[in-house]
Amino acid sequence: MESSATTLPETQIMKREPLVTNQRSMAWITDKVSGIVEGKTPSWWWIATLITGAIAVLVPIFITYLVSTGVGVWGNNNPIMWAWDITNFVFWIGIGHAGTLISAILYLTRQKWRTSINRSAEAMTIFAVLCAALFPVFHVGRVWFAWWLFPVPNANGIWQNFKSPLLWDVFAVSTYFTVSLLFWYTGLVPDLATLRDRAKSRFKQIIYGIFALGWRGSNRQWRHYEKAYLILAGISTPLVLSVHSVVSFDFATSVIPGWHTTIFPPYFVAGAIFGGFAMVLTLLLPARAIFKLHDLITQKHIDNMCKIILLTGTIVGYAYSMEFFIAWYSGNEFEKFTFMNRALGPYWWAYWTMISCNVLSPQLFWFKFCRTNPFVIFFVINCVNAGMWFERFVIIVTSLHRDFLPSSWGYFKPTHVDILTFIGTIGLFVFLFLLFIRVLPMIAVFEVKSILPEADPHYHGEKKG
Amino acid sequence: MDKIYGLGAEFKSASELYHAAEKVRDKGFIRWDAHSPFPIHGMDQAMGLGRSRLSFWSLMGGAVGLTVAFLMIFLISDEGAIATWIGKFTNQNYPLVVQGKPYFAVEPSVPIFFELTILITAFGTIAALLVMNLLPRWHHPVFNWDRFAKVTDDKFFIVIESRDPKFDEAETKQFLEGLGAECVALIRDE
Repeated sequence: MESSATTLPETQIMKREPLVTNQRSMAWITDKVSGIVEGKTPSWWWIATLITGAIAVLVPIFITYLVSTGVGVWGNNNPIMWAWDITNFVFWIGIGHAGTLISAILYLTRQKWRTSINRSAEAMTIFAVLCAALFPVFHVGRVWFAWWLFPVPNANGIWQNFKSPLLWDVFAVSTYFTVSLLFWYTGLVPDLATLRDRAKSRFKQIIYGIFALGWRGSNRQWRHYEKAYLILAGISTPLVLSVHSVVSFDFATSVIPGWHTTIFPPYFVAGAIFGGFAMVLTLLLPARAIFKLHDLITQKHIDNMCKIILLTGTIVGYAYSMEFFIAWYSGNEFEKFTFMNRALGPYWWAYWTMISCNVLSPQLFWFKFCRTNPFVIFFVINCVNAGMWFERFVIIVTSLHRDFLPSSWGYFKPTHVDILTFIGTIGLFVFLFLLFIRVLPMIAVFEVKSILPEADPHYHGEKKG
Repeated sequence: MDKIYGLGAEFKSASELYHAAEKVRDKGFIRWDAHSPFPIHGMDQAMGLGRSRLSFWSLMGGAVGLTVAFLMIFLISDEGAIATWIGKFTNQNYPLVVQGKPYFAVEPSVPIFFELTILITAFGTIAALLVMNLLPRWHHPVFNWDRFAKVTDDKFFIVIESRDPKFDEAETKQFLEGLGAECVALIRDE
């Protein structure tokens, strides 16, 4: 490859944009990323952590209230038996998916730009899945019997219904959480060793040392490590696709018009990636500005993520229109009614918020100006964050609120417990992320080093000329 | 205690380490290792190492996961062995009839087969990674060398152990210096 490149005249070679700009050295990268953890705690961090921590406290407060009083404190009632809780569950679990997509699918497809963003995206996955799991666990009602979901014998001699998508969810989400955590930790080990070797205080040396497992960067270890990482990426890829497919089965296997469709699994997966990338950018754009990470999270990274948001947003838009088409094409009265009711019924506002946030706003990313302006990006991704929540709300609530019998039609009103628990999970999510950036390297140091030009063993200095 | 663990050589770039490793390999050393801040492409060949066999254990994990999932659902769903056996002690066993469908069928079990296969594959992979790398091992003689801390930053090292049959303190030192090492040092074991 080198020889063919040299024979071409200089003008014909398209220069690939470097993934680490300003020709930063390895030591610079180590210093920069470790510096975020090692430096003095900035005052904005205390303020942000205290505020989000205070918001996060809403979760235990209202969960305690719910457990001690009953699930009735949520606004769910006939005919809308699933409302905000499942909306929030699907919303959070979807956000998690971008992390796995970045860490696993982009790894398998050898997208080197993933290295600057995968660590924080994986952390985001774990925190999002934690927030997600909260809702179905407490929605079961008598949460102290939640262990009945697992195939352990109980005194009544009743076993799990393995044909239920809700039980599939238990396996899918718990597997997803466990594998994501293992994947994340495996990626962290060499960087924990970096922090261990740089630590000044004995306490930090011991803590980071314990979690670094005594990693010493030996090639005999890297050999197995890389293989293990590849396998984890290989199994995470079908896993992430399966998890959101299983989540969509919760709806698709029922006979409710608006839910009973085969388009759901791919549609949910695209939506999850879409919403997840928006959340990755929501967290990384401020972090990049605050910690001055512009050489590591470059314009190219942001550009790539915007393009993925544009692509998946358009897929989601296609799915919305296809749902409508199939509802009409099926000739099924109930199906047709449900979709007309979605767009023009009492929940028209939710539907059109969803369309404008998820389908229209990402179209701005066709223009390079919009992909380079942080304010436009921030606006669009927050539209997407909101839009993806509305998408789940639309799917869940509008399909339920007018079922086959007009006598049982209803309109869902969230209670303050619904609202504050959800706000609490947002606080919890940001709070956990803030803790993460203070104690762990938010960029995968060793992986970024490995994509530098000088990481190539056949690199012999910059060619002058 | 003045036991010598081996000789360490420090290099300043990945390519220097790579070419040095090729020479160490050609010289016939066995008990040695190359240390770097990140995995270097092609280093396994430069060190004369074969493919990692870790994937075998991942496959085993997957096989165990699938088997466990199958047995679990099969034995529980029907009036299968587990349910009946436990029912003997509790005097209760209520197999669930759902929508008049058979107790056990492969089709609705696929998601759980799949998820458990993935889960145990991940466990197998991580377990194999730890066992094959002999981790965790918090103390290692190479950490006695103060310059070695840079291995997680931007320095590259080759360490030849004194256990190696070809090891000779003076000669190996000279050999390592000849490879273009920035610094060669004796690493002591305690």
